[in-house]
Amino acid sequence: MSQAAAQRKALQVAHLEELSFIRKYIFSTDHKTIAKQYLGISLFMAIVGGFTAYAIRWQLAWPSARIPGVGTITPDAYNTLVTMHGTIMVFFVAMPFLLGVFGNFCIPLMIGAGDMAFPRLNMLSVWTFLVGSLILLASFFVPGGAAAAGWTGYAPLSARPDLTPAVLGQDMWIVALALEFSSFLMGGVNFITTALNMRAPGMGLWRVPLLVWYEATASVLFLLSVGPLIGGAVMLLLDRLVGAGFFLPAKGGDPLLWEHLFWFFGHPEVYVVALPGFGIMLEILPVFSRKPIFAYRALVYCALTATGLSLIVWAHHMFISGMDPRLATPFTVTTILISVPFAVIVFAMIATLWGGSIRFDTPMLFALGGLTSFLLGGVTGIFLGSAATDIYLHGTYFVVAHFHYTLFPVTFFAGFAGLYYWYPKMFGRLMNETWGKVHFWLTMLAFQGVFMPLFFSGIAGTPRRVFAPNEYPLFKAIQPLQVHATIATVTLLLVQIPFVVNFFWSLRRGKRAEANPWLANTLEWCVPSPPPHANFAHTPRVRRWPYEYSVPGARLDWSPQTESGDTMLPAAGGQ
Amino acid sequence: MHWLPSDVSTFGPSVDHVFRLILYIVGVWFIAAEGAIILFAFRFRRRPGHAAVHVAGENMRQLAWILVPALVVVFLDFGIDIAAGHAWEEIKLESPKPALNVSVTAERFAWIFDYPGPDGKYGTPDDYWSMAKLYVPVNQVVRVDMRSMDVIHSFAVPNLRLRQDVVPGRTISAWFEATKPGTYEIECTELCGSEHYRMQASLVVLSDSEYARWQHEHWSSIASKPSSSASAGVKQ
Repeated sequence: MSQAAAQRKALQVAHLEELSFIRKYIFSTDHKTIAKQYLGISLFMAIVGGFTAYAIRWQLAWPSARIPGVGTITPDAYNTLVTMHGTIMVFFVAMPFLLGVFGNFCIPLMIGAGDMAFPRLNMLSVWTFLVGSLILLASFFVPGGAAAAGWTGYAPLSARPDLTPAVLGQDMWIVALALEFSSFLMGGVNFITTALNMRAPGMGLWRVPLLVWYEATASVLFLLSVGPLIGGAVMLLLDRLVGAGFFLPAKGGDPLLWEHLFWFFGHPEVYVVALPGFGIMLEILPVFSRKPIFAYRALVYCALTATGLSLIVWAHHMFISGMDPRLATPFTVTTILISVPFAVIVFAMIATLWGGSIRFDTPMLFALGGLTSFLLGGVTGIFLGSAATDIYLHGTYFVVAHFHYTLFPVTFFAGFAGLYYWYPKMFGRLMNETWGKVHFWLTMLAFQGVFMPLFFSGIAGTPRRVFAPNEYPLFKAIQPLQVHATIATVTLLLVQIPFVVNFFWSLRRGKRAEANPWLANTLEWCVPSPPPHANFAHTPRVRRWPYEYSVPGARLDWSPQTESGDTMLPAAGGQ
Repeated sequence: MHWLPSDVSTFGPSVDHVFRLILYIVGVWFIAAEGAIILFAFRFRRRPGHAAVHVAGENMRQLAWILVPALVVVFLDFGIDIAAGHAWEEIKLESPKPALNVSVTAERFAWIFDYPGPDGKYGTPDDYWSMAKLYVPVNQVVRVDMRSMDVIHSFAVPNLRLRQDVVPGRTISAWFEATKPGTYEIECTELCGSEHYRMQASLVVLSDSEYARWQHEHWSSIASKPSSSASAGVKQ
């Protein structure tokens, strides 16, 4: 050990010892602790979001029946539930889980850095997010209840306090979202700066693991798209509080302006969560196939292309909104074109499996479950992206089934894959494999059971966001589909219990993890599990590409990035 | 496909055609991709004595395996764009000369349909209005001019394959030609508040003779609103 490294080590130990409990675990600037804080908040919010799903689905299957544990609900309460379910799951579960947890935990470790570029900003980001989450949760308990204007908050319904019972609740919804946006703006700045500036020596851009690429690209996309909506949120709040009238026609405003501001962000948002989800799956596939990822550079270009395209597709949410109908075909073309980068990503994932030596551990099962389920969400997007069929399918359960088939796989399948995979690195112990597999298969089956029937319900024309679909003569006959979906939902929620138990049980009783339990190449696996404060005892030197598995003639079937030797991709700066 | 409700409009077949086209195209891709994943997962499962091959897809010969299918995707995409573009044009961009003009008002949580009456002009004493029931003649082009009094609603008739948001502050028009007499559902499909789910109405498509009789009963004899007819509601 060189003198400099020894000194560094001594400093780290000293630094660690002088930290009080509060600085170490609560107001921590350590990216690993912050990732765990995001994990705690997002899993708690997922339980709340799951509970709203349960109440919604029960009402839809057996309208106006008593919901066990909830009671009967009014149409207004139903509107609140669907509004809060969407808001919580997209902004307070998917984003903190995929960006807050895996971005924070993995980016510094994977690029050989001691922490984020701005650790204090990182701490501010998680605390801002916590305040936003608490405000959102508190809104359930204020007079009038939580927001009820849909998670898209279309004006004027959301812009006039007299139109829904949620007067204070809707204001709190806006404030909570604005805080959430600010939190992820701070996080995004950190992700991008860290990925660009903090890479260990030898890690050129073409040696950066795909998860880091995808997290950073998602952050760029978030920064590019969220600005207009923050403006929109301020305008909406002014409409509500002082009657400014930005979105109220009676005062010269225009409701379509809100739709544009919302979807200009809202559609890229799908990719903000989809890219990290895919990043996780792309890290896991090569490790468990013992094969290099197929077409690494093409995968990076696909993320960049999807990012660019996703900024010019938003109006496909507005084909029938009353905007100029001549805009529909250009937006159909851009929307359907986005299938191309995603098709390449999927083809590359499939090609990675070909010729592999595949191990089906829990992370791999969840990654494959995510891929196979996402495929259905992807292809059904074509029906909605083409304006002509959207006329018929817009606002039906087809849309509900479609976006759950995209968001659930990237959030939960990819998210669970990542959690089972990095859990040993986070907590120093492995989760139980058997219960992991049980969790996977039951989740996989129940998930299909929830949303498959809803495609058919949607094709039959059932509108979403209705309190009692059985009151429509046209859909009485297909009420059994709603019942099936509800039974599957209850099952889906119940089969998360093995996961929760496994998670907490393994914290103390799990098999102790070595540094590299999955025999993977990326840098986080060359430090102890869990990594010490400041991660690396001395800055690692990166000598190769992250996906060298099964190199012909090599002694082992993996080649860590720090190991010297022949490498497939050029060194930093090349090509 | 049999899940789609019966189609009773002239442009319905165009929408269903695009739906079918997309279904066949993505159906083939979907089955092929799922099949490949399942096949590869089984065929290349870990077995003793079988090492993984070292293929990174970084040269053109290997990349072709994913780029050629991607190119096919691009071509199919444009095929779908063209088919969808034509159907969209027929429904939303062209507006054939209407035989009947109805003014539609959406107001939480009701649909009100105003007819110009025998003189064909709105704002005259012979106007006729109907609550929650839109009467139209079969095989005639009907134009609806829609306004909202409060929030965004959406005028949706699944059997016509027609949907159009109704936005306060604007008049938005749509047209249709129903091909089969009968009663069909009209729904609001944009969340508009507490009783959103109750904001339903009926489209009553009448044969030529029935329509003439309906017109005769309600239009010519009535000189002022509101109508005393049972079919017309009373404004709350």
